Amino acid sequence: MSGDAPGVPDGDTATIDRSSTELDKVVIRFAGDSGDGMQLAGARFTDASAAFGNDLATLPSFPAEIRAPAGTLPGVSSFQVQIADFDILTAGDQPDCLVAMNPAALKANLKDLRPSGTLIVNRDAFDERNLAKAGYEVNPLDDGSLTGFKVIEVPMDSLTKEAVKDTGVTGRDVLRSKNFFAIGLLAWLFNRPQEPTVEWVEQKFARKADVAAANIAAFKAGYTFGFATEATKTTYTVKPAKLESGRYTNITGNTALAWGLVAAAQCAKLPLFYGTYPITPASDVLHELSKHKNFGVRTFQAEDEIAGIGTAIGAAFGGALAVTGSSGPGIALKSEAISLALMAELPLIVINVQRGGPSTGLPTKPEQSDLLFSLFGRHGESPVPVVAISSPSDAFANAIEAARIALKYMTPVILLSDNLIANGSEPWRLPDVDQLPDISVTRITEPNGPDGAFLPYMRDVHTFARPWAVPGTPGLEHRIGGIEKDAITGNVSYDPANHQLMTDTRAWKVKNIANDIPPVEIYGDDDADILVLGWGSTKGAIRAAINRLRASGKKVASAHLTHLSPFPANLGEVLDRFDKVLIPELNTGQLRMLIRADYLVPAEGLNKVAGVPFTIGEIADKIMEMMES
Amino acid sequence: MTTPTYTRADFQTDQEVRWCPGCGDYTILAAVQGYMAQMGVPKEKIVFISGIGCSSRFPYYMNTYGMHSIHGRAPAIASGLAASRPDLDVWVITGDGDALSIGGNHLIHALRRNLNIKILLFNNQIYGLTKGQYSPTSEVGKSTKSTPYGSIDYPFNPVSLAIGAEAGFVARTIDMDRPHTQAMLEAAHQHQGAALVEIYQNCNVFNDKAFLQLTGKEERSHNRIDLRAGEPIVFGPNGDHAVVWREGKATVVDTASVPTSDIMVHDPSRLDPSTAFALSRLSHGPYGPTPVGIFRDVSRPTYEDAMSHQLVEAQEKRGPGDLDKLISSLGTWTVD
Repeated sequence: MSGDAPGVPDGDTATIDRSSTELDKVVIRFAGDSGDGMQLAGARFTDASAAFGNDLATLPSFPAEIRAPAGTLPGVSSFQVQIADFDILTAGDQPDCLVAMNPAALKANLKDLRPSGTLIVNRDAFDERNLAKAGYEVNPLDDGSLTGFKVIEVPMDSLTKEAVKDTGVTGRDVLRSKNFFAIGLLAWLFNRPQEPTVEWVEQKFARKADVAAANIAAFKAGYTFGFATEATKTTYTVKPAKLESGRYTNITGNTALAWGLVAAAQCAKLPLFYGTYPITPASDVLHELSKHKNFGVRTFQAEDEIAGIGTAIGAAFGGALAVTGSSGPGIALKSEAISLALMAELPLIVINVQRGGPSTGLPTKPEQSDLLFSLFGRHGESPVPVVAISSPSDAFANAIEAARIALKYMTPVILLSDNLIANGSEPWRLPDVDQLPDISVTRITEPNGPDGAFLPYMRDVHTFARPWAVPGTPGLEHRIGGIEKDAITGNVSYDPANHQLMTDTRAWKVKNIANDIPPVEIYGDDDADILVLGWGSTKGAIRAAINRLRASGKKVASAHLTHLSPFPANLGEVLDRFDKVLIPELNTGQLRMLIRADYLVPAEGLNKVAGVPFTIGEIADKIMEMMES
Repeated sequence: MTTPTYTRADFQTDQEVRWCPGCGDYTILAAVQGYMAQMGVPKEKIVFISGIGCSSRFPYYMNTYGMHSIHGRAPAIASGLAASRPDLDVWVITGDGDALSIGGNHLIHALRRNLNIKILLFNNQIYGLTKGQYSPTSEVGKSTKSTPYGSIDYPFNPVSLAIGAEAGFVARTIDMDRPHTQAMLEAAHQHQGAALVEIYQNCNVFNDKAFLQLTGKEERSHNRIDLRAGEPIVFGPNGDHAVVWREGKATVVDTASVPTSDIMVHDPSRLDPSTAFALSRLSHGPYGPTPVGIFRDVSRPTYEDAMSHQLVEAQEKRGPGDLDKLISSLGTWTVD
């Protein structure tokens, strides 16, 4: 979507039901077949809430199959959003409201619904065939098994058909609009403004007038259904959040990452080159960047993962801000080329949007299991800096940070994201683009050696970066490559002492970056006994757990790492201040292994590799358990 | 900008050339350096990218920009460089193992995308740097260190492969023939777009005399078919053999046995690649009558030109990128 914001009209109180019950937060999950448009429904509801001014966080969850068999459990796709009138950090542990478009969606998601939560079901989909596909012997709507919830049965199929009958859509398009019926009903139940959704549909389907009309008709029918039948005793209101003042947009991690790369190129005053190969969940970065050719962005969809990074290395040699992106399996294929980039000492960003592994693993689920792979997944002694993004909006700044390190130190940098960050969204306070850091570097244009010689490995005395001489610069013709280089001339060298020196130098160059990154900060109580140390997408859940415990009077602290190689210079001193260290990770204990090895701290782990993020409760419970032991 | 006058020495480096004495790579290096001196391109604009293998040491010996990269990946690296820097003159040095085995995927895609890169494929029909295993161009039955009972792999015909991969320019030459090699380099450089030049290169240590049928004085007079644009394809002592189109393929006949009008006249500029492909099938390796010269020379828009065009068009249409506009593009709200 482009153009102006689907803003809320000033003083929009017409849609607020005065008899509404006020909530500080609510968690809503949309669930249906992967062809039911649940991701789109969730995104529309989210954008309407963003436009209304709520804080929010989202958690999409979908199968790896594009269209798993309809009506079955593996085909269920869901989208969870938490909206709140205060600063929230996760998409919520338990839905307060579940929308189930068919029996399979109910079966797969009911276990998560809060006791006495609201359950909205599409009654029409609960026929014998769908019940059987979901493995129900008896219709759960009739057997009394749902008495613990507020159940709203709505014949969505027939009401949608009725609503769209005059819009001109036919055949399969008729029932496609039922996701809009569902969000119409939710818009009534949660007092969401209707305009953003209507405007979005008008814009999105500008060239398909019948589809636009059908979606809007279904949306309004859903809204009217709630209003006319008073489907529940009360509606609910979640007031706008009192966030830090500024201009906000609702953003997913992949979009923020792509924009961050565009910004980084501007901050570096270099053209951006993105060489990549499609892979879930990183492809959206390519999709987004390929739109922005007016920024001079060159995107190259290569023939494979190796060519993706190969083209980026070529572009880096040519003087671009070069980036490649993938997910775990693709990064494995790029491993040899990352080693070339670090040997040739070329600036390069390697994005890894992590997913469940190993092998194809869980392509659409989050996991943090590529940390050790990022640090050590290459042949030879091959250190590279590693930077980790911790939330969707955090991706923007860290794309710039990764570029800063790559350019300043002439090194490949691994930038870690994951599926939770990539597809989740949250409000992002827009930065002042004039205040973004200047990360430009000076490229060498004159010989740096005696008698007009160019010495491509003569290093900067502070950063130990070698000079970047790009083709086209007269007098600096030189050759680089994967064979060990003489420490000064860059010529091929098999000298034993030189290899030792170069190996030590490459390690030192990365280690030295610790003095050029922000110190790790303590969040919470400085004098607590327990420090919860995290990295990546667990930040929201960890912070929320800390907030919850501190609100109940407990003393506890957390620290979150953005730089994982090297670690911030003060990390050892921070760890020393606490009796106990807990490291929650969506892996089997990778950061814990590093912390134990580097700092000899008996850190404990909270580890999960279930394809789903931590709940706040899981982390809070573990902290409590450690406090009591 | 005027291009400096160069001699071959301007393209030599101070690095000691480390190929085996007698290696065909020496003559190719001399031919390339000699050609570069008169190519008319400032040497800072020239880049040589190689993979891994004996021939891939080549960039170290060229006083231009260069990268000795990883096995098989040179076409990919060159593609990224050419796509982002259309102002450069990008050359790829590769071998039969590098280009056709581990790097086969990159080779075919670089050719079909039509980046303006010149790929020099040194084909010696053997793995030299790893000391003598059969390669994807070795003949069936070849006895090597890894095939003591003879190779059972059917070889590639690099020219056929390149034509099948949509290459706009495909030529073949021989290391020993410097004027011919330089003529092929010149033609490849003149061609706008991806060019593949297969160079038969003798490995005198592991596969000596592999190309004897085309290099021996007596043998070559019988077997070397010189493809010349606009000329009838005849070869042999006194031109006593000719190539005609018969039974749906290019076929060698006695010149005297056919009317002159039946003899194929070579036309590398034919849009349809069928005849170029048919000529490439006259031999499947340098074992009998084998064409050398330009098989195909047909231009189409290059990848980097199309890419640059899209960038210019986007800027004309939407103006130069405005970062604030970009980050506001999904709709914003303000908190006071």
